[in-house]
Amino acid sequence: MTADNVAIVIVSHSALVAQGAADMVRGMVGDEVRVAACGGDPEGGLGTDVAAIKGAIASVYGPAGVAILVDLGGALTNSEMAVELLPGEWQENVVICDAPLVEGAVLAATEAAGGSDLAQVRAVAEELSS
Amino acid sequence: MPAAPDLVGRLLDATVTTIRAHAAQLTALDQAIGDGDHGINLRRGFDAIAQARDELAALPLDQALQKAGMTLVMKVGGASGPLYGSLLMAMGKAGAPQDPAGIAEALGQGIEAVKKRGRADVGAKTMLDVLVPTLQALQEGAADSASIGELTRKIRSVAADALAATGPMRATKGRASFLGERSIGHLDPGAKSSALLIEAVCDVLEGGS
Repeated sequence: MTADNVAIVIVSHSALVAQGAADMVRGMVGDEVRVAACGGDPEGGLGTDVAAIKGAIASVYGPAGVAILVDLGGALTNSEMAVELLPGEWQENVVICDAPLVEGAVLAATEAAGGSDLAQVRAVAEELSS
Repeated sequence: MPAAPDLVGRLLDATVTTIRAHAAQLTALDQAIGDGDHGINLRRGFDAIAQARDELAALPLDQALQKAGMTLVMKVGGASGPLYGSLLMAMGKAGAPQDPAGIAEALGQGIEAVKKRGRADVGAKTMLDVLVPTLQALQEGAADSASIGELTRKIRSVAADALAATGPMRATKGRASFLGERSIGHLDPGAKSSALLIEAVCDVLEGGS
């Protein structure tokens, strides 16, 4: 069921923000979409952690792909790096959305829950930035 | 240049030492125009390199660069990890340099990787504003067959001037860009850490470390 849908990964500098955004997705969209939250630097301070982002993607990865939502600059740079460290055949199935973190995650998950493909999920999230 | 004894180990020691010694200063610069974590983050990355020091020092330079770069990617926890990590990994992939022209070639590849990773170029008040002029000095010195001493003297002077020149710049990349005009008048922390690393490498190449 849920493995057929695009999964969502939320990457914030703050573990609390990432978890809170994931809670909102689960609360508003339900369990139709797998969501992973990832926040904090390797020592638990504010920041992002390439290894943890890679692990979060792997924890929800499926053939339908993964849409990543990020907050500020380093979260984007570290997410791009994490995607490049994934197995080659996964990389084209993982996209980083240029969208606000919380609103983008909820809208992307809503779209994904309806069975839309990765390009459509991303497009819906990115409409928020246009 | 001929593989000097323990060149890799001395490069590791010199770069770790300078980042540790200047971590507080880098963080203070970053507090002025960024998010105040540059020194802490780079120190965490270079502490991880220090932990792997003997293992890295046993590798040829190109492999050590790639491995040190990956260590920074995985440990730093900020954008500077992928940026410095991409720099070192791309330099390592260029192969072990045998002479100044080879170092210039490797640095050029590294700089291209940083530009791509950060979607930035010179003039945006970033580490590239020190790295690119340094590369130019290195290329000119290599073309003139300058001695190592002449080369490092030139590079130190160019890197210091390039760092100072980031002060009046207005940031258009990274968190400092949120400050707009208020970023003017502060040195860029990434440019400062790049200048520190370049000085450390010069120390080693001069045999003074």
